Amino acid sequence: MVTSNTELAYNSKVEGEAIVTRADAVINWIRTNSMWPMPMGLACCAIELMAAGGSRFDIARFGAEVMRFSPRQADCMIVAGTVTYKMASSLRRIYDQMAAPKWVIAMGACASSGGMYRSYATLQGVDRIVPVDVYISGCPPRPEALLDALMKLQAKVSKERSSKNLLTA
Amino acid sequence: MATEFAFPDATAKNATGEFETEKMSLSMGPSHPSTHGVLRVQMELDGEVVIKADPIIGYLHRGDEKIAENMTYNQFVPYTDRLDYLAPLANNMAYAIAVEKLAKLEVPERCQAIRVITAEMARISAHLLGLGAFGIDTGAWTVFMYSFTEREKLYKLFEELTGARFTTSYTRIGGVARDVPDGWTDRVNAFCDQFLPILEEILSLLTRNKIFMDRTVGIGVISKEDAIAYGLTGPNLRGSGVAADLRKDRPYSGYEKYEFDVPVGTTGDSYDRYLVRGEEMRQSVRIIKQAIKSFPGGDWYAKDARKIFAPPKDKILTSMEELIQNFMIVTEGPQMPAGEVYFEAENPKGTLGFYIVSKGGGVPYRLKIRAPSFCNLSILSKVCTGVMISDVVSILGSLDFVMGECDR
Amino acid sequence: MSATTTADITAQIQQQFPQATPRASLDHPALDVPAGDVLAVLKTLRDTHGYDMLVDVTAIDWAEGANPRFTAVYHLYSTTSHNYVRIATACTGDDSAPVAPSATSLWPAADWHERETYDMFGIRFEGHPDLRRILMWEGYPYHPLRKEFPLAGIETELPDPEVAAATKVQVKPAPMAGGPFVASSGEINLTEAEPRAKDESWNEANEKPGA
Repeated sequence: MVTSNTELAYNSKVEGEAIVTRADAVINWIRTNSMWPMPMGLACCAIELMAAGGSRFDIARFGAEVMRFSPRQADCMIVAGTVTYKMASSLRRIYDQMAAPKWVIAMGACASSGGMYRSYATLQGVDRIVPVDVYISGCPPRPEALLDALMKLQAKVSKERSSKNLLTA
Repeated sequence: MATEFAFPDATAKNATGEFETEKMSLSMGPSHPSTHGVLRVQMELDGEVVIKADPIIGYLHRGDEKIAENMTYNQFVPYTDRLDYLAPLANNMAYAIAVEKLAKLEVPERCQAIRVITAEMARISAHLLGLGAFGIDTGAWTVFMYSFTEREKLYKLFEELTGARFTTSYTRIGGVARDVPDGWTDRVNAFCDQFLPILEEILSLLTRNKIFMDRTVGIGVISKEDAIAYGLTGPNLRGSGVAADLRKDRPYSGYEKYEFDVPVGTTGDSYDRYLVRGEEMRQSVRIIKQAIKSFPGGDWYAKDARKIFAPPKDKILTSMEELIQNFMIVTEGPQMPAGEVYFEAENPKGTLGFYIVSKGGGVPYRLKIRAPSFCNLSILSKVCTGVMISDVVSILGSLDFVMGECDR
Repeated sequence: MSATTTADITAQIQQQFPQATPRASLDHPALDVPAGDVLAVLKTLRDTHGYDMLVDVTAIDWAEGANPRFTAVYHLYSTTSHNYVRIATACTGDDSAPVAPSATSLWPAADWHERETYDMFGIRFEGHPDLRRILMWEGYPYHPLRKEFPLAGIETELPDPEVAAATKVQVKPAPMAGGPFVASSGEINLTEAEPRAKDESWNEANEKPGA
């Protein structure tokens, strides 16, 4: 087919001041670059989480330095530290209070699998009680590992079909 | 149909002509930014005033003491790191000395000096974070950021020495894991030199800060008698005016060789505890510099402890006797005599005590960890009664406890 | 702390309380005191000899078959003379419900330590104002530090019934997979010198049936 239109890509004379893209791309771009964590800082990994928020590792570059302790305002729950059975119920309640879309990062060996605490009081991995998106190994993981996990989570989120869920209940 | 919701009459007055009020039950924690970990304080409030405060702990109880009955003495060292996870090297040292007391083993002077230097660096690290967290609780964010920058420098030094930023597992029974790398002590010296002016800057952000003083002076007063009766130790005890410091009173690991002062408070309020911690950091720098200046040469582990400390790797791989020795130590554990010991070390949070009951062999029969934060927290219900709820946050910050060791 | 001080305090206490016997200890002076005299001994140590701080209250379980099975241990410290003393007492009562005297009337510090000892061992402290669990949750049916309780734990319900119903998660024994591989406490027995798995009946693939 021959057409007289020889313009390629975006032309403001034709399209006006609007950029057309996929809704998914925009929504995912917004979500990944402002992933507000809910720091479930339970034990030693919480110190590395705080260090990631410090100036040497600077989680603020990723838009995630706004550590919201209120689950209603957070997107991503970073479980940092050993989860005991006593704490597990509170953790699940807080997870339930988070608004969708929500993700969970299990930081450290204790959150991923119980770590070196194979005992009567430790939940052997937080994935037994909440669904986990990214696991970080390490005891404690370096803040760089936490940033790497955040980037992996961003990669995961950017592939989601977000607009599909937006318009349904 | 839906029942009518009856709003209480806000203008009702009781017999004496005052408005009707109710007490409120509030559960602070276990997930709360100001509780420094997983502590839950169940409070009963009358408006803003706390009538009853009951701390509920155990949200981080991981079963350390039961695990200890199933681990050899050396295998338990990583668990000691995670007790007071702000100063792991100090916990490592306290545990190692407790087990060495069981074996009546004396470590050489170089090893003692290494342990003292690392424990004092851990003390600086723990107090910096304590100060940072206390600052955040009272609303000062900058202190936290500055103190974390300094801690990063300390982490770099720890990483060079032990391989890990903070959960170091550095000591072994009878010595330390490896010798100090070349030039490490010079780098520690350089750190101390640049740290002192920065410390003054950090402390100046809070010490004469009107808001901070309003929130801490006269708040959370613990009297001398109360402090001793509740078993408080460390800066909390010294803030109340009791000059008790195990490094001076019962010196261990060569502390008697170093000159340092022990800061003691006067009124026992939160502000005094803050000042005590600040001064302790300056004294720690003093100790580190003296230890580096007089750093002895020699062995860094007890060479004659054949059944306790594994021989060097090159000997293990070439000589049969050392190979057998290493095998026995790794599988059976360092062989300890039967008996019981109790040893306390002056950790940043207070005195960390280990009570070890041994029936002989390489595995303890009973290991009790006397955690300073456990005892420090027990006074909370007394101190928080009758204060306003915002003061509870300030008191929690000044008590500076860590749930890792409180719950074990 | 010289040898004379060690003999000193034990000798003085023994004079006043003839049933107290010296206890073998590698470092601090230690006394075995019958349960009825414990509070009096602690009070004397605090008021007359200056041991003003109670640093620790704990217990030792000598395992089934031993008599006495539980020993409660109190550690005292003197902030003036910088010495420790250890007082041990055999718990009265039977194995499933041991009893020891509570030191809360002398030191409020004993409150939490005794709650923890009750939680871990099941020892009831007479005279304690509020003896409830402190580290495990209220309603946990076992006492974890008893020797017959396995390290992996025993299956029970989650503390919060709502969450348990919503998630169908239970407190399950940790998967030991045959471990921990460590020799037992006690002298080396050369015929069984290799550390063996304490419980090889189950691992991650085949879970232990029942408790």
